Amino acid sequence: MVRNRVLLVLLLAGLLAVPSLAFLTLAPNRLISGAPVGLGAMHHEGALVLLMPGVLLALGVFLPQRAAFHAVTAAAAASFLLLLVRLAGSEAAVLAQTAPPVARISPGGAFWVLLIAAALALSNALRRLAVPVPVGVLLGAAMLGAMILLLLSGALDSLAILREYAARRAAFAAAILRHAAMVALALLPTLLLGVPLGVLARHRAALAAWLFPLLNVVQTIPSIALFGLLLAPLSELAAFFPALARLGIGGVGMLPAVIALILYALLPVTRNTSEGLAGVSPAALEAGRGFGMTPRQLLWRVELPLALPVILSGLRIATLQTIGLAAVAALIGAGGLGAIMFQGLFADALDLVLLGVLPIIAMALAANALFDLGLARLHRMPR
Amino acid sequence: MIALEHVTKRYGAVTVVEDLSLAVAAGEFCVIIGTSGAGKSTALKMINRLVSPSEGRVCVDGEDVSLLPPAALRRRIGYVIQSIGLFPHWTVTRNIGAVPELLGWSKARIRARAAELLALLKLAPDAFLDRYPHELSVGQQQRVGIARALAADQDILLMDEPFGALDPITREGLQAEIAEIQRSSRKTVVFVTHDMDEALKLGSRIAVMDRGRLVQAAPPLELLTAPASDFVRDLVGRDDLGVKLLGLGTVASRLRAGASVPGEPIAAGASLRQALSRMVAEGCDRLAVADAEGHPLGAVHLADLLRR
Repeated sequence: MVRNRVLLVLLLAGLLAVPSLAFLTLAPNRLISGAPVGLGAMHHEGALVLLMPGVLLALGVFLPQRAAFHAVTAAAAASFLLLLVRLAGSEAAVLAQTAPPVARISPGGAFWVLLIAAALALSNALRRLAVPVPVGVLLGAAMLGAMILLLLSGALDSLAILREYAARRAAFAAAILRHAAMVALALLPTLLLGVPLGVLARHRAALAAWLFPLLNVVQTIPSIALFGLLLAPLSELAAFFPALARLGIGGVGMLPAVIALILYALLPVTRNTSEGLAGVSPAALEAGRGFGMTPRQLLWRVELPLALPVILSGLRIATLQTIGLAAVAALIGAGGLGAIMFQGLFADALDLVLLGVLPIIAMALAANALFDLGLARLHRMPR
Repeated sequence: MIALEHVTKRYGAVTVVEDLSLAVAAGEFCVIIGTSGAGKSTALKMINRLVSPSEGRVCVDGEDVSLLPPAALRRRIGYVIQSIGLFPHWTVTRNIGAVPELLGWSKARIRARAAELLALLKLAPDAFLDRYPHELSVGQQQRVGIARALAADQDILLMDEPFGALDPITREGLQAEIAEIQRSSRKTVVFVTHDMDEALKLGSRIAVMDRGRLVQAAPPLELLTAPASDFVRDLVGRDDLGVKLLGLGTVASRLRAGASVPGEPIAAGASLRQALSRMVAEGCDRLAVADAEGHPLGAVHLADLLRR
């Protein structure tokens, strides 16, 4: 009797992937695509470590849907995930012993399917357990911590992605910082500009009538096109005022990237501010006005606090979107993790692409978790 | 204290209030009554400038309100609305302290005042001071709404159908409390309602509005005995005029002191209408009367109710 269909689908996906896709791929060098190494071909204890959590997950499909069993499923999924990564590392180390030094050992399709299935099983079990947001965030942080410990332990060093990392440690750290700086530099002006614009648009229909269509159109411009569009006027500007050029302002680099990111991020922040204000109870507004609050007092004491959850949701969308889009900004020389990603893309080196992309995903997940925490705090207060 | 002088309010082609003149003296409990759309709420909101008149003048304490800064004017006037409008993100204390906070009171003074008002409105201060509005029943919320309007102890209190959304029992309790508060504080109250029983119970004067115009402004007894028009007659109710008249008098006014009658006594402060109701329900023609503490005072007879 199947009691958890989600888990069943994930289990079947995993079972299908293991015999048909490579667990690891072994390439003689970075440029040649690798030969598959299946999970069945593993050395020593090999894939057996996955057996125990795997069986528990399979049991979860059929067991009654009770909190205790969801907890077991969550624990099984979490340990499956970590053991899977560790297994990839240790098998890569075994393969590396007999392979030439320039050989590249990368996770294959089966690894990724199992990884994603385990992650989904974990999040599904946590959702069924209905864990409070702070606990969920804590568990996420614990998983991240365990992953970082695995990375630091050297157990994964034979994997190509870590070899790529080892070759550019300094550049990688700088790219992360630059990426984060770009996101912060875009979000701060977005907030300072978007919230007042949203407040104005709420009270001035004439402004809203052209502002929102305009911001909507900006959203539809492909990011590469927008970066390109900013190139010409900014380089003109720099040519006209050499002082600006000396400050590093020009058609390429961080500035046009940040401007474009602000233009994209404005819509969710402005629109949500305006909508959040529109949702404030008319009775509270009438009471506030009737008690002699000035429009400014009404805005700060009543309207903005009551609209805050909606404004924060808008800022969350803007943040996640900016973290992702900032990768594309590397194309106009803004640097960041996107630079590593594109370097990999142009060199056809998949592991290098991953080295750029995985931290972007981690950054987005971390930001998302922070917003979850903040919004959960707000929701504990009544609205 | 409050004077509306030939006030008209138009929205486009629609005239909501037309040439309304009404003076409310200090300490008066003035009820504005009318059917929905009669313009009574609009008239009320012109007093604290939430609505500006198209023509005419509104004076508070002899000052033309159009010349006063709106925020400063409103802080001098307590305000209660039907939809209550408690601030959902603030505790009961902070809600009650909304106006005092604007006036710059200290936190401790606001909390003490909030506790005092909650007690006055029969909510245990310790249980309610730190609660949020959504944790209260509608009746409790409106008690807090009234406490909030009383917080800064202004001389004027405007109430816009404050009890319209409450169940009958909660409404009666709050009517009694607001009447008592007005009696003891001598505040000037302007109270909007569409419920004639409420108007008769509370008002020292009742202003009847119909389609934007003032039809009659008179004390309750005069309104019942000398209605100015058929509209007023309909509004007070032709069929139950008698019981409404009885509702205006108290048992104490028809008391036969010292007389002794068996049975459950009625309070001297109860209305004659309640006395009649008891007699009909119990099939008797006389009731024992006691004071608030339950000491026997005398009796009231059915025949006494018929005296004018």
